[in-house]
Amino acid sequence: MAREEGGGRGLFARLKAGLRRTSNSLTGGIGAIFTGRRLDDEALEELEELLIAGDLGAATAAELTAELAQQRFGKEVTAAEVRRALADQIADLLVPVEGTLAIEEDAKPHVILVAGVNGTGKTTTIGKLAQRLSRDGKQVMLVAGDTFRAAAVEQLTIWGERAGSPVVARPDGGDPAGLAFDALERARAESIDVLLIDTAGRLQNKAHLMAELQKIDRVLKKLDERAPHSRLLVLDATTGQNALNQVDVFREAIAVDGLVMTKLDGTAKGGVLVALARRFGVPVVAIGIGEGIDDLRPFEARAFAAALMGLDE
Amino acid sequence: MFDSLSGRLNGVFETLTRRGALSEADVSAALRDVRIAMLEADVALPVVKDFVAGVREKAVGADVLKSVAPGQQVIKIVNDHLIEMLGGETAEIGIAAATPPAAVLMVGLQGSGKTTTTAKLGLFLRVSHKKRVLMASLDTSRPAAMEQLAALAVQAEVDVLPVIPGERAVGIARRAMKSAAQEGHDVVLLDTAGRLHVDEELMAECAAVRDVTVPAETLLVADALTGQDAVNVASAFHKRIGLTGIALTRVDGDGRGGAALSMRAVTGCPIKLIGVGEKLDAIEPFHPDRIASRILGMGDVVSLVERAQETIEQDEAERLVRKAKKGGFDLNDLSKQIQQVRKMGGMEGLLGMLPGVGKVKRQLAEANVDIKMLDRQQAIIDSMTPAERSNPKLLNSSRKRRIAGGSGTTVQDINRLLKQVKQMNVMMKRAGKLGEKGLMRAGMPGIMPPR
Repeated sequence: MAREEGGGRGLFARLKAGLRRTSNSLTGGIGAIFTGRRLDDEALEELEELLIAGDLGAATAAELTAELAQQRFGKEVTAAEVRRALADQIADLLVPVEGTLAIEEDAKPHVILVAGVNGTGKTTTIGKLAQRLSRDGKQVMLVAGDTFRAAAVEQLTIWGERAGSPVVARPDGGDPAGLAFDALERARAESIDVLLIDTAGRLQNKAHLMAELQKIDRVLKKLDERAPHSRLLVLDATTGQNALNQVDVFREAIAVDGLVMTKLDGTAKGGVLVALARRFGVPVVAIGIGEGIDDLRPFEARAFAAALMGLDE
Repeated sequence: MFDSLSGRLNGVFETLTRRGALSEADVSAALRDVRIAMLEADVALPVVKDFVAGVREKAVGADVLKSVAPGQQVIKIVNDHLIEMLGGETAEIGIAAATPPAAVLMVGLQGSGKTTTTAKLGLFLRVSHKKRVLMASLDTSRPAAMEQLAALAVQAEVDVLPVIPGERAVGIARRAMKSAAQEGHDVVLLDTAGRLHVDEELMAECAAVRDVTVPAETLLVADALTGQDAVNVASAFHKRIGLTGIALTRVDGDGRGGAALSMRAVTGCPIKLIGVGEKLDAIEPFHPDRIASRILGMGDVVSLVERAQETIEQDEAERLVRKAKKGGFDLNDLSKQIQQVRKMGGMEGLLGMLPGVGKVKRQLAEANVDIKMLDRQQAIIDSMTPAERSNPKLLNSSRKRRIAGGSGTTVQDINRLLKQVKQMNVMMKRAGKLGEKGLMRAGMPGIMPPR
């Protein structure tokens, strides 16, 4: 994704504002545990529970606290120290998955296939991406591949108008793979830079829907064997440990190479990203912290970890 | 959705029941596992703590540990507690008492499934409750949200309030109530925009809509895949808007359903509806006792029968169940079942309701059984003579070759199918003999086609 110049401080402030509600209860809890207290078993258990409450998952929470215990067990610690130590641990896990959405200039078009479970924010993310990319001077075309949900085409069309991008759609649904194929042909003819393909939301345990998604992925290769150049999975921050299953199955189906986590402006903590980083190592290319176009942000591991732990950078 | 949780709990319970006498330490160890299982199933931490404390008190305090089968007793306590937590009785949609038109306010986060659920509820009330329903979209923010509800209204054959561009949510709500009163609608479903529970401005708008419509029901539409945040969302909506019930969506996913327990626990509001598929008729009332049994791996035979009733003739369903229990399950029955499986929302939905099938379902997922397999099996059966279908023993190798040719399959495929029918018979017979409890222990081997 195109990174904003001079957005350093402003970016962190925005992210932190978005995550403040996220981190409030988490770090408030840490403050309550460690007010001049020894890091003993009881304190560690409470800490572990706080991390679980942040959706980091039972296993990740146990490992993080075990690591902390190794360094400082029995020592007098302050809440700030614990936060800093945990933020560092979390950042170390997240740095390897700090990703960007790099557009291949010579691809013409660079095809981005966007998939995910129903209601995670695929269409909205595509709308924001389209606006962002158009602003950066790219010729963007959108494909209304959600041929199932009522009015999904209309929704994408409105986003297309906002971004000034053409939208390829078929009036009455039909086969999304055929639509994607035609759209790619048209995009090549019109020398479009980026082709963004929206898909219907699908639960990952519906084998026939996953097969449909694979078919889209497959037919694109008939025109360009490197397509789709990016395969993004959109995750909802309010989702709990099921996000692990989602990444697992979608990755198996279409070799997902980028994650987008949306809705981080609520109270959901998105802590499952930490568990995802450990288990799959799929790069996180963007996070959504609001409904405006500027609220789709690059994912920065240290900032995310610090904001999650309520630290000022 | 609850399979993984039930899988974990079954493991804990197996350990418990294997032991004769139980010490307090045994119970504590089991409860530690229960705690982790629930947390991994996304049950919110405070809810888990309460649950475990409640079970511990009952299990250790009573004469449980000295009883004949302490393991069973503990399981019963967990089961009872689970039902209690899920709300005990099945809760109806409360529109009967209200003076028509009764307003039903649908609220929730973005992407939780409000619009789809609104349309499903509209269809459900029209068909099952014979109500005249009007739906109105109050979502002025999401692009094409109003078009979506209008399109779904056509599919559900339910009336929808015409859109006046630029009108605000409160105005739409007021107009909907007025129009419904004039045109004799019994129920008005108000589909609101998705909003964050921390967005004070939008929550205030929602409260204003509530004030002008005085809803008989205010349903929080929530995603069954929600994680620990479920408690924050549910309690914030409850505090600000005042909920009367919860509609849980994506119950057909492979989430572990912890959110259901969490939200019920923190709001005290019953779960009234569950969404179990993408089609408009894929909505069901929520039965806490059956779900609790499902979590514990006891299956939900009642739901299965009900679902079948809606799809097929009732006597047909009874005939099938009777026949299956006697062990006279033949290829005609399998053929009917294959057709019904598709109608009933796919194999997984059906399997989830059979007792002890969690294991099979996992195998199914692991084996990645193609839905096309059902088509192939149907083709095989279609290529048989009526006599062969009702008496598979007739199938010698020359007949099998003929069928393979006719259905475009192989003799091995046919043998596999026959073995499956045989195993289903064995299993059904066993089910008849053992009753539910026995079945839970015995599991359900052999429903899967041998590989």
